Amino acid sequence: MIDIQNIRFAYANGPPIFDEFSWHIAKGHTWAVIGPSGCGKTSLLYLLAGLYMPQKGHIRIENKPVTAPRPRSGLVLQDHGLLPWATVYQNARLGLTVRGFYGSDGRHAPIDEKLTMHEADQRIHYWLEKLSIQHLQSQYPSQLSRGQRQRTAIARTLGMQPDLLMLDEPFSALDAPTRQDLQELILNLGEDGNLTTIIVTHDIEVAVTMGKQILALNLGGNRHARIIENSDACNPEYRYQRQFRDQCDYLHNILGDLI
Amino acid sequence: MRPQINLRSALLGIIMFTVIWQVLAWVVRQPILPAPTVVVPIFIQSIFRELGMHFLASTARVVAAILIAVIAAVPIGLILGQMPKLDRVMAPLIAITYPIPKIVLLPVIYIFMGITDISKIFLIALIIFFQILVVVRDEAANLHPELILSVRSLGAGRRALFRYVYLPASLPAVVTALRLSVGTAVAVLFIAEQSLTSYGLGYYIVIETYQVLQYPQMYAGILAMSLLGLLLYFCISSLESRLCKYQKG
Repeated sequence: MIDIQNIRFAYANGPPIFDEFSWHIAKGHTWAVIGPSGCGKTSLLYLLAGLYMPQKGHIRIENKPVTAPRPRSGLVLQDHGLLPWATVYQNARLGLTVRGFYGSDGRHAPIDEKLTMHEADQRIHYWLEKLSIQHLQSQYPSQLSRGQRQRTAIARTLGMQPDLLMLDEPFSALDAPTRQDLQELILNLGEDGNLTTIIVTHDIEVAVTMGKQILALNLGGNRHARIIENSDACNPEYRYQRQFRDQCDYLHNILGDLI
Repeated sequence: MRPQINLRSALLGIIMFTVIWQVLAWVVRQPILPAPTVVVPIFIQSIFRELGMHFLASTARVVAAILIAVIAAVPIGLILGQMPKLDRVMAPLIAITYPIPKIVLLPVIYIFMGITDISKIFLIALIIFFQILVVVRDEAANLHPELILSVRSLGAGRRALFRYVYLPASLPAVVTALRLSVGTAVAVLFIAEQSLTSYGLGYYIVIETYQVLQYPQMYAGILAMSLLGLLLYFCISSLESRLCKYQKG
């Protein structure tokens, strides 16, 4: 699904965050990416989303080099990126509205997707319902709680039927019940094996709960991908088991005091 | 800060204004300040005749100027806001030309464009243009980079960003700038209409009534011009509150 080969990426005048970095993700897997702030977690998502370009090396998704945002890649940013002047419904529909604006040209929208206005509306209603924010559809983002804004952003992304879902700190600043709801929802999305999910977090418990595989990043330039297998994740019982705690302790050890 | 106006407070204001006017007229007791009971009937009579033509001429000039200014300033402001390098080059020029009272350019514009309707509209448009240019530029420049990135990740290129992000982000500011500059625009219109035209409220008030000492008619003209300012302000203001609904959260 995703193939990152020997990329180098640095911000202007900064030391490289990734140097000769390679990483491979198989289709349908759920990954967690963990590391201290400033380690390049978010930059990695931007690179995968085609918003940033590596200075060296290649990123390929479904065997195609990433040179611009890819229609089937869905990205939910930490601050949600909702339009403050648009309602929940308009925000959730924005992705499909943009697709309608360009038509299915294969660059801004998948070439094989021809949606009528009505179908687009229906699809958004479906996701708003599924995410239990249907009743908020005519509210503005400033009137919502953080969890509701997060759901709106997720509805916007899922409405575009992505095969790759990337979430940046999706559970930070959510209260415990909301967080658990959302975690279950995201785990269920990947169940049929067609959705590849990458969850970026700085929270070890979130990483161990969500990621069947965990990529640990560090400060000061990532040279090789450090991968922790965590095959018990996605099981609701897991978090109460001894292995869960052991796995968390293990991550604590390798990430050191930075987290 | 925007004075909050609804129908009730508008009516109340009109009543208070009329009462003060009436009292002053009683105190002054001279033809230079006719009472509202004299002026309002004249206004009502003439607004459907000659005064109405002047009113329409002035309205057309302001509305044309607003349209021209918006159409010219919004795209330029958006471009400057999106291109920090170009903005840095242009900023000093805008900074020194923005505060110039544009009315002093009146003779220059007359010399270059002739004393026509077009030159009058151009002058008013110039005033509004700078107000809008500056706010649109600042709104576009102040948008969160994360917001832009997240909309780009939905597949939006430059055109879609313009349509779905930059334009709606700056529209409320455009309307606010219009509201703030429409008073100046009407004032400048008043001055511009005093020379070499035969229609317009400025012409009616100064040339047709004031200079021939027809005071009640003059006051009717002033009433019409005030009404023009008020109507424009109300229209823009209601547009503004509709566009800014989301900010009330």
